[in-house]
Amino acid sequence: MRDVAVVSFAQTPYKRRENTRSEVEMVMSVVAQAIADSGIPKREIGFTCSGSSDYIAGQAFAFVGAVDALGAWPPISESHVEMDGAWALYEAWVKIQCGMADAALAFAFGRSSMGTLPETLTMQLDPYTLAPLGVDAVGMAALQARAALDAGTVTEEAMAEVAVRSRRDAKANPEAQLKGDFEVEKLLAEPYWVSPLRKHDCPPISDGAAAVVIAADDVARRVHRNPAWIRAIDHRIEPHQPGIRNLTRSPSVTLAGQKTHADPAHLDVAELHAPFTHQELILRRALELGDGVRINPSGGALAANPMMVAGLARIGEAARQIWSGGARRALAHATQGHCLQQNLVCILEGN
Amino acid sequence: MAERCAVIGVGQTRHESKRIDVSQVGLVREAALRALEDADLTWKDIDALVIGKAPDLFEGVMMPELFLAEVLGGTGKPMLRVHTAGSVGGSTAIVAASLIEAGVHERVLTVAYEKQSESNAMWALSIRMPFQQALVAGAGGFFAPLIRSYMRRSGAPEDTGIRVALKDRINALKNPYAHLRFPNIDFDQIAESPMLWDPIRYLETCPSSDGACALVLSDQAGARRAPRPAWVHATAMRTEPTQFAGRDQVNPQAGKDCARDLYAKAGISNPRREIDCAEIYVPFSWFEPMWLENLGFAPEGEGWRMTYDGVTALDGDLPVNMSGGVLSSNPIGASGMLRFAEAANQVRGMAGEHQVDGARKALGHAYGGGSQYFSMWIVGDEPR
Amino acid sequence: MSDAPSVKSIITPTRLEYEFRVGGAHAEFLASLAEGKLIGKRCPGCEKVYFPARASCPRCGIAMSESVEVSDRGTVTTFCIVRVPSENIDLKLPYCAANILLDGSDLPLIALLQECEAQDVCIGMRVQAVWKPKSEWGPTFENIRYFRPSGEPDVAAEMLGAWI
Repeated sequence: MRDVAVVSFAQTPYKRRENTRSEVEMVMSVVAQAIADSGIPKREIGFTCSGSSDYIAGQAFAFVGAVDALGAWPPISESHVEMDGAWALYEAWVKIQCGMADAALAFAFGRSSMGTLPETLTMQLDPYTLAPLGVDAVGMAALQARAALDAGTVTEEAMAEVAVRSRRDAKANPEAQLKGDFEVEKLLAEPYWVSPLRKHDCPPISDGAAAVVIAADDVARRVHRNPAWIRAIDHRIEPHQPGIRNLTRSPSVTLAGQKTHADPAHLDVAELHAPFTHQELILRRALELGDGVRINPSGGALAANPMMVAGLARIGEAARQIWSGGARRALAHATQGHCLQQNLVCILEGN
Repeated sequence: MAERCAVIGVGQTRHESKRIDVSQVGLVREAALRALEDADLTWKDIDALVIGKAPDLFEGVMMPELFLAEVLGGTGKPMLRVHTAGSVGGSTAIVAASLIEAGVHERVLTVAYEKQSESNAMWALSIRMPFQQALVAGAGGFFAPLIRSYMRRSGAPEDTGIRVALKDRINALKNPYAHLRFPNIDFDQIAESPMLWDPIRYLETCPSSDGACALVLSDQAGARRAPRPAWVHATAMRTEPTQFAGRDQVNPQAGKDCARDLYAKAGISNPRREIDCAEIYVPFSWFEPMWLENLGFAPEGEGWRMTYDGVTALDGDLPVNMSGGVLSSNPIGASGMLRFAEAANQVRGMAGEHQVDGARKALGHAYGGGSQYFSMWIVGDEPR
Repeated sequence: MSDAPSVKSIITPTRLEYEFRVGGAHAEFLASLAEGKLIGKRCPGCEKVYFPARASCPRCGIAMSESVEVSDRGTVTTFCIVRVPSENIDLKLPYCAANILLDGSDLPLIALLQECEAQDVCIGMRVQAVWKPKSEWGPTFENIRYFRPSGEPDVAAEMLGAWI
């Protein structure tokens, strides 16, 4: 395997409603910044891959327009996944492993605010047996939270603590959307929203875009004094039907953790893509992350949850921790689908 | 490249307007099980899944691979979903091949499909976006003017498109999976079929089909054990913007660059002589001569002569679209992979009645968007 | 086993509402349409003018700069005669959809061409916009009902160069 590192990361400020910029305008800004910050000339970016969803955009072939932000002339080697941008980065990493490129760009974008996100995500359910029931994304997450509470693997207090810590840490993240000082007791005094979830257990709806440049071997060493080396990356999926899953656990994350040799004793930081508070607790348990690992210094998905972008942003935020010296070894995680159905784990390490 | 890749299993469904006998689950499994059977493997032998499909609005399911992974043996495995417009079937196969070539996996199952009959694809394509200019001509209305430009540039005889359609429709009669099969098709039937988007006639256009295609890809060790592998010699993808000032939409640079890159990787210096047959993405008949030029099989303005002279017929010197092509079956998300699959089956000697004698090196080609996304591969009966 | 007929399919009506919002460049374009102006944007890199105005130059991948008013007259670069009905398009068949290069723009747009017989349309034909009455103008493309031949002499194909 070639050594490949994250060498730059750019993201928009995340907003509840991006009113003035189109997707192309958002993508143009983060792609230009990521390429400029990488120090790699655009012509040396040998592969580009994006992640987005037509259902988020509300039209077929929505990703085609994003090509207008790239300056794809002369024509470029490019692909697109209908997935979170973390998987676009994975495809780019594979192309570098093939020797087809030495540097690659992964980006993702979404303006969830144009639709009604929880209902849009109902369309992500099995169209024959689940979607017709009309359960939305928050409802699905609440089913999972109820199962975990009843199993005794999470508590409402622990969930509120996740929200308090995430919003507090987000104060240091200029691009985060939901930030500030809150108290567990006050949050727990709030009414249920979709029981057993309260509003603080749920992510904000966010518009935004992010871009990451990765580079191999000597290219990475040339442009960065402390590249965030991707020591391992793996992703796994679970069954879709909630009835045949144990929703209180995340076997796919555990497996991806094993495949990437994610050893909690050697990790300083973990950026977990947990849109709901109880999901962070499930993930921490699945990866056996103890108190020695700092969780989501960026504020995580509870501080900003741009659909299709948030997973890629976790990798970018974990890389920032490496670059700043805040961590020598970091775990980044991305998820998609209902109730943590599909998960990606990426281990980053500094020099 | 860390590892060689080969196709060791190929499967496809029957393609029809409405496969109401199966759900999306049944459709993808029909293709995948045939590919596994062909490869003499079972679900548990597969390391990873790569699924491809055109817009989610065509079925009305957001990211349907999330509910399909488990019926394709995907539980606990890596799964990727590719979407690159009309070229997606080809791009999906290329992503799957990359996973082998990178040395990440040993055996990958890749499946591409479309089941438009479960939603309303015409509706999905014609959502009226506020602020934008109203559509004036539907799907064929975008490509018909390009064909008119090609006719003018090349001076090709007006019946060139009819001849392409006749050849592909005769080839389809030899393909048991083909959607459109007209037993007594002849030149006059096509010439007299209604003009839809002048200069495109009804029988010169592709249908819209439900269908799926699947491939099992293996690393070198697995391919050596397989009785008839198709070795992947090279893959290439290119993208350019939909529109820009001075863009040549008839003979796009992205297609030319993609082909040049492909041939260089495959060690091909003279594609016309070295490639034995080609399965290329021709949704409207006139795109055969246009792509023959774009792919470097003929000089610019001369592609139509190959059609005219019978070079592209099944018994010609460079058979094109032996399966009957997109004109005969068009499950959009799978259409690109079907081209790649046909190329593989030709060099495996497993193309049945539409087998080209002695085919040892074949091209699979797909394109999408406004003639702006290209994906291609070259497969051979021996490793390169 | 019950004697009920087996279910072959179900219909699940779905309704999703989206509120589309334009970006900066397009907002300017729409505002100028309400005043009867056709605004394009010039790329600071390749200096080409794109109409309708857009945020980025697709070729250079950089933000557009200067706004440029283009003419409502132009030249047909290619066309097709539509003889088949399409979803959401309610026009008498056959009709002509033409790629029109407006004077001052470097990118043709696809638009409806009316007030001429299908067999009379040709590459190089000069055309002009037919506007709705001013009282009906809004921030929309629909201010232009369609294009029609302007009566000016055809442009020789050679003059159109790379456009055809």
